[in-house]
Amino acid sequence: MYDASKIVAGLAVFVVLATSPLWYNALSAASPDRPELQKPPNGATECVESVEFMRANHMDLLDTWRDTVVREDVRTYVSELSGKDYTMSLSDTCLDCHSNKEQFCDACHTYSAVTPYCWDCHVIPEGGQ
Amino acid sequence: MKSSRRGFLKFAGLSAVGVAGSTAVATRTKASAEHEPPATEGKRLALVIDLRKFSKDDALLDKITSACHEAHNVPDFAGDPKNEVKWIWSEDFEAAFHEQEFHYIREDLKGKQTLLLCNHCDNPPCTRVCPTQATWKRATDGVVMMDWHRCIGCRYCVVACPYGSRSFNWKDPRSAPNLATLDTTYPTRMRGVVEKCTFCDERLARGQQPACVEACANGEMVFGDLNDPASEVRELLAEHLTIRRKPGLGTQPEVYYIVEDPRTLQEFAPAAEVFEEEGGYA
Repeated sequence: MYDASKIVAGLAVFVVLATSPLWYNALSAASPDRPELQKPPNGATECVESVEFMRANHMDLLDTWRDTVVREDVRTYVSELSGKDYTMSLSDTCLDCHSNKEQFCDACHTYSAVTPYCWDCHVIPEGGQ
Repeated sequence: MKSSRRGFLKFAGLSAVGVAGSTAVATRTKASAEHEPPATEGKRLALVIDLRKFSKDDALLDKITSACHEAHNVPDFAGDPKNEVKWIWSEDFEAAFHEQEFHYIREDLKGKQTLLLCNHCDNPPCTRVCPTQATWKRATDGVVMMDWHRCIGCRYCVVACPYGSRSFNWKDPRSAPNLATLDTTYPTRMRGVVEKCTFCDERLARGQQPACVEACANGEMVFGDLNDPASEVRELLAEHLTIRRKPGLGTQPEVYYIVEDPRTLQEFAPAAEVFEEEGGYA
């Protein structure tokens, strides 16, 4: 190989530069602007399912709720976590505890740059924001 | 038997036509069976509107309409027919039942405002044309449902409905002046979605009557299950002459209108008085 040292050096510089965001994030502390979600103002400590499940799957759960209520006319959800019955309703059940949409839904959705269209139609209950 | 090329070709051709024909018939039969709405198991919900109990231009009509439209956040772009959205509305009696071609119509029915809404047909044409199954007949009680999440706004159903019961949201409904304050217990729709009456499925689920029926104090509208022989709707249908809109189309509408003489109402003096005041039989 001609000019092997120059090429290898150049490649090394390129790899370091290209992966620099990864290094930077790995070496610095947790991202400072990670959203802080508001705890339910009414003091509730238990969601319909575990926090980890809700964090990862709330969108799928809401889709299932939507289809079950509208298409199958079944309106009660039995929690796999506690066995309790919940009415499947975004604005009545979810926002009953997470009553501040801006501090809860929007905080995380804005951070992760997703724009769900729930509230194009559904109405934020009175007292919510 | 002596076979010729000509004979063979004739036989082959006829066989091909036969096979193609029988396949087409089989496919057609299957396709039409698939398009049949489900038979109603359990309930068959229906509405009886007692026209005797309404005067010609009753204030109750507005009360009923606004009860429905307020409960469901129906937008009102006042005076703009293109953007009109309606779940329940009223029309001249002759216009509502135009195919009856009334001549020399009974005076009390002439120009009488008649409540119209989705007929929740037993054989609904709107559900057959929906490409996304956003509208369908509920098998448990016959309600013609809407899934606004799924509607893509193609408006085939608007064209298919022979009763004008479906409205399209050309504008964002929340921009309507009357929706500055919303009923927080019910969603709105969004621009590009078709909407109509759902017999108040959200109220039925809570064991309540539809909002229009609840707005009537004297049984002007009666709601119930046609499959229950003891139900009030069945009693009314058995006792009175009722008509339905455009029965000849075979859609089996499930909104019935009692069109008898108001004076048959012994127990309901006000309407009979109104009838007399308006001239009785002309």
